[in-house]
Amino acid sequence: MLHMILFLAFAVLSVAGAVNLLIQRHPISSALSLVVVMGSLAVEYLLLGAEFVAAVQVIVYAGAIMVLFVFVIMLLNAGEEERTHGSRVAWLLGIPGVLALTVIICWALVEHSMAGVAAIGALPGPPADIAELLFHEFLLPFEVTSILVLIAIMGAVVLAARPESVEQTKKES
Amino acid sequence: MSILTFILVSVVKIALVLFVLLTAVAYTVWLERKVVGHMQNRWGPTRVGPFGLLQPAADGIKFLFKEDLTPPHVNRPLYIAAPIIAVIFALTSIAVIPFGNSVTIGRIQTPLQITDVNIGLLVVLGITSLGVYGVALSGWSSNNKYSLLGGLRASAQMVSYEIALGLSLIGVLILAGTFSLRGIVDAQAGHFVSGIAFLDHYVLRFVPRWFFFRGQFVAFFIYLTAAYAETNRIPFDLPEAETELVAGYHTEYSAMKFAMFFMAEYANMITVACLASLLFWGGWRGPLFGPEWFQEILPLLWFVLRVFVFIFVYIWVRGTLPRFRYDQLMAFGWKFLLPLAILNLVVTALVVALRA
Repeated sequence: MLHMILFLAFAVLSVAGAVNLLIQRHPISSALSLVVVMGSLAVEYLLLGAEFVAAVQVIVYAGAIMVLFVFVIMLLNAGEEERTHGSRVAWLLGIPGVLALTVIICWALVEHSMAGVAAIGALPGPPADIAELLFHEFLLPFEVTSILVLIAIMGAVVLAARPESVEQTKKES
Repeated sequence: MSILTFILVSVVKIALVLFVLLTAVAYTVWLERKVVGHMQNRWGPTRVGPFGLLQPAADGIKFLFKEDLTPPHVNRPLYIAAPIIAVIFALTSIAVIPFGNSVTIGRIQTPLQITDVNIGLLVVLGITSLGVYGVALSGWSSNNKYSLLGGLRASAQMVSYEIALGLSLIGVLILAGTFSLRGIVDAQAGHFVSGIAFLDHYVLRFVPRWFFFRGQFVAFFIYLTAAYAETNRIPFDLPEAETELVAGYHTEYSAMKFAMFFMAEYANMITVACLASLLFWGGWRGPLFGPEWFQEILPLLWFVLRVFVFIFVYIWVRGTLPRFRYDQLMAFGWKFLLPLAILNLVVTALVVALRA
């Protein structure tokens, strides 16, 4: 009973946050709405018994990545967005696309109503189980992903480095 | 235990812990002014009450009755929300900190902790990582270049040092094998045994198996340094460096909103000190002696003593060290503390793996 109430409350909160993210005109307000979405998703994970994933969701997404987003927005001092009526292509393709997606999701939920149901505690929750999965069963994908992330970081460094500073380091070394 | 007693016990515990925490916050401010005063050959507060002990109360009343200015150029909703965010996250993280074993009052037995979750340490880290928003948003919403610079510095610094802080704790987690703070303290029970009777009887009997003595001393000093940076204390208090930034992120704040930032900072200090004693110094463990009722409360006193020592060291460092330059701060965090923490992690993991 209590789980159901909490689930519904945070489900509503996360959807409201996502809608607010789109409505808000100022980037900071949008970023903060995204923090709300991530926080409520973390509570939903917690309700499913996946406490480790919930904690990581808060620490990594809400606590680190979104802080960097907010940081960059503050640093660039991004102003309010101008509101346009959107392009014609967006109207022509967007609305049918949204309708189609809604219909597909509804159809899937009605046809296979029990397919996507997870009971409380059904997911691997404790950190030991997650570690077992990551470092035994999925060791190769895990390592490949970490190399991928490393390449992405190096790419970002190369792209962000100004040419003159690169030359300067060459001269110094 | 029925659900009603559970709620009642929880509410009583929350109220009690909050009361103690807020009193501790107020008196940490008093202690800091007094200790730094004596270090600088001054008296510190002396006028209000004996030894200035009523100074926190006087300050509180003053903050409540001062005019609460809101400058016209601020982003109002975020300007008001920022100090509330800071103080809420600072106070919430105390919820999973255990203070001692369980107590039995009448028929109700309850642990000395608001709630014992099996990912306690992660909860503390998660909540403190959200505390950055209070500082960052206050800097931005004030619409003032000094505040903005302070907020930017604070968020950059807190995100950077969080990594070293987190990595320094993993050594402890490897040794303890649990995220539960109570479990980590339980893993530090007993004392060292070598098998040599003479050594065991005269020396090792007095060396408890705290993680500080089990090879985590490097991790402890990394943790302590990173924790100073996380709580924006000297020598890492660049977000509010008054010689450069007026007062940093809280320049535009007055009255109770200003006080809330300080409450958050001191509450964070206390949480960090609690964590240091739980993770590295055996929590509430210590020699038990005296009559039975005294043995019941003695663990709590040992814990409070440790927290007090850490807070004193905090103040001592403030009275001793000058402030970093900003590039030094970043270089120190990324090029020294982080590699050291990784090295400590690798060595600990190797030792544990070789022993197993």
